[in-house]
Amino acid sequence: MRSSWAGATTPGCSCVTESVHKSAPAARLTNWLVSGPPFVFLLLFFVMPGIIMVLASFRYPGEFGGLAPLTAADPNTLQGVTLETYRFFFSDPIYGRVFIKSIFMALATTLICLAMAYPLALLIARSPKKSRDLMVLLVILPFASNFLIRVYAWMIVLGPQSALSRLVNGFLQGLGMEPVHLLFSPFAVLVAMVYVHLPFMVLPLYTNLEKHDPSLLDAAQDLGANAWQRFWRVTFPLSLPGIFSGSALVFIPVLGMFAIPDILGGTGDMLIGNLIKEQFLGTRDWPFGSTLSIMLTIAVLLIAWLAARLAGKRGSYA
Amino acid sequence: MRRGRWLWAAALAVYAFLYVPLAIVVAYSFNDSRLNAEWVGFTWHWYEVLLHDEAMLAAAGNSLLIALVSSLVATALGTMAGIAMHRYNLKLLTFMVLTPVAMPEILLGVSLLLFFIQVLNLTLGLLSIVLAHITFSIGFVAIIVRARLAGMDESIFEAARDLGASPWEMFRYVTFPLILPGVVAGGLMAFTLSIDDFVITFFTAGVGVSTLPLHIYSMIKIAVTPEVNAVSTLLMLLTLTMIVLAAKFAPDVLKGKA
Repeated sequence: MRSSWAGATTPGCSCVTESVHKSAPAARLTNWLVSGPPFVFLLLFFVMPGIIMVLASFRYPGEFGGLAPLTAADPNTLQGVTLETYRFFFSDPIYGRVFIKSIFMALATTLICLAMAYPLALLIARSPKKSRDLMVLLVILPFASNFLIRVYAWMIVLGPQSALSRLVNGFLQGLGMEPVHLLFSPFAVLVAMVYVHLPFMVLPLYTNLEKHDPSLLDAAQDLGANAWQRFWRVTFPLSLPGIFSGSALVFIPVLGMFAIPDILGGTGDMLIGNLIKEQFLGTRDWPFGSTLSIMLTIAVLLIAWLAARLAGKRGSYA
Repeated sequence: MRRGRWLWAAALAVYAFLYVPLAIVVAYSFNDSRLNAEWVGFTWHWYEVLLHDEAMLAAAGNSLLIALVSSLVATALGTMAGIAMHRYNLKLLTFMVLTPVAMPEILLGVSLLLFFIQVLNLTLGLLSIVLAHITFSIGFVAIIVRARLAGMDESIFEAARDLGASPWEMFRYVTFPLILPGVVAGGLMAFTLSIDDFVITFFTAGVGVSTLPLHIYSMIKIAVTPEVNAVSTLLMLLTLTMIVLAAKFAPDVLKGKA
């Protein structure tokens, strides 16, 4: 494609233009052959299901789960189409509360990940070139083991008979306080959320920090900036794009997570993901489950848009 | 200097946070005790239990079959998508390929569940799982293949065209050999993602078919026995092998991912 443009604007090179013109139908055919199969597959199994979900959110639930047939719906409404699920979502404050709780969980996870990832990413970026790859690999390696195993590991670490639990409770007893259960608590959920998503923060931060020109820090030092000022006024502002993209990579999956609260949380630690799972597999109210999923999608899109805007704006002067 | 030491301490703490829980899982898989509480003595017992756990073996077989089929199809479709995204400026295709990678898995899971049952009237099972896995793997393969293409000198393709290569010949003799390491790495990635997937499988598996992650999930939910530690250790070993293979076939791609 590019060569045909170059050929068209360079009169002296007619051979290129001609050969491209001759093969234009063939090129178009190749274009279709290459992009067609993945396009059709994703249209069928990604776009269609999305559209179906939006449509389902405007339907009534079936008697035995699923969706009610369009014809056998309430005679007062138009062919079984309704805004009932949306009305229900906004009328019961419990759903709004779960959304807010999920957003706080995602925010806390993001901030803790940032606090843990930043020094590590900084250290890797400032290490000798040959040891960087190994240090990065050591960050992704545990991330390559199965997700459930990484969550399960915390069941052992935080379990009632674990060394950590005994240590914490021994300490609390010494202070004359009640012993606590670490497992099946919001704390356990938060720890596992951080554990599972930490590499998503380290990698974009490292990619950003690695590109910083060290001479900027030398210049700052020559101008009399101390270590703290060099970090706060040079490194940190320059790393904001990395912070924003890492934050989006942590925040978005945490917002939709159901497995971690399901395994490590108590009964009161439900997040949006657990609500959605419950609607689809438990109470089988699919229209309401679809509505919740659409609300989650909207939240995710807002966050992604915000992160892209912030990263773009900061990136322009970096 | 003081700051350097402080950085090292913080980094070491993070590395410990990453590795200690997994090390405990591995250690307890050899522990001669029903409780995951303290070290009693060394045993292979839990691995023997694992070898005779029919349900677990059946689930592992399913996982392997699903991963093989879905990664093969996803590699073909993902490679096409990666080439198409690089060569032609297709905004819609790029959106369709990249979004499933970025969005929370649960959304893909429930929308596929709705689609399979409500529209296709499909009985959930191996086929629905394979289709779901292909859907989320395509994007990962495409990203790796596109990254490989982006690092290449355009003039190679121009030279092939000037020498009169047909589109097929150009693909067969120029493009494909050049992107092969990316294709292999993408395929290994798709395989690992499929073997590991829990969330999307959870929604698209139905009642009859179990995979290894689904089986592990039900074990964790019902009763934790050190058998879970043993299967976890074996799975970690498998992923480690996959990473070593990927590093061997396509070291630059692995670095590009990082």
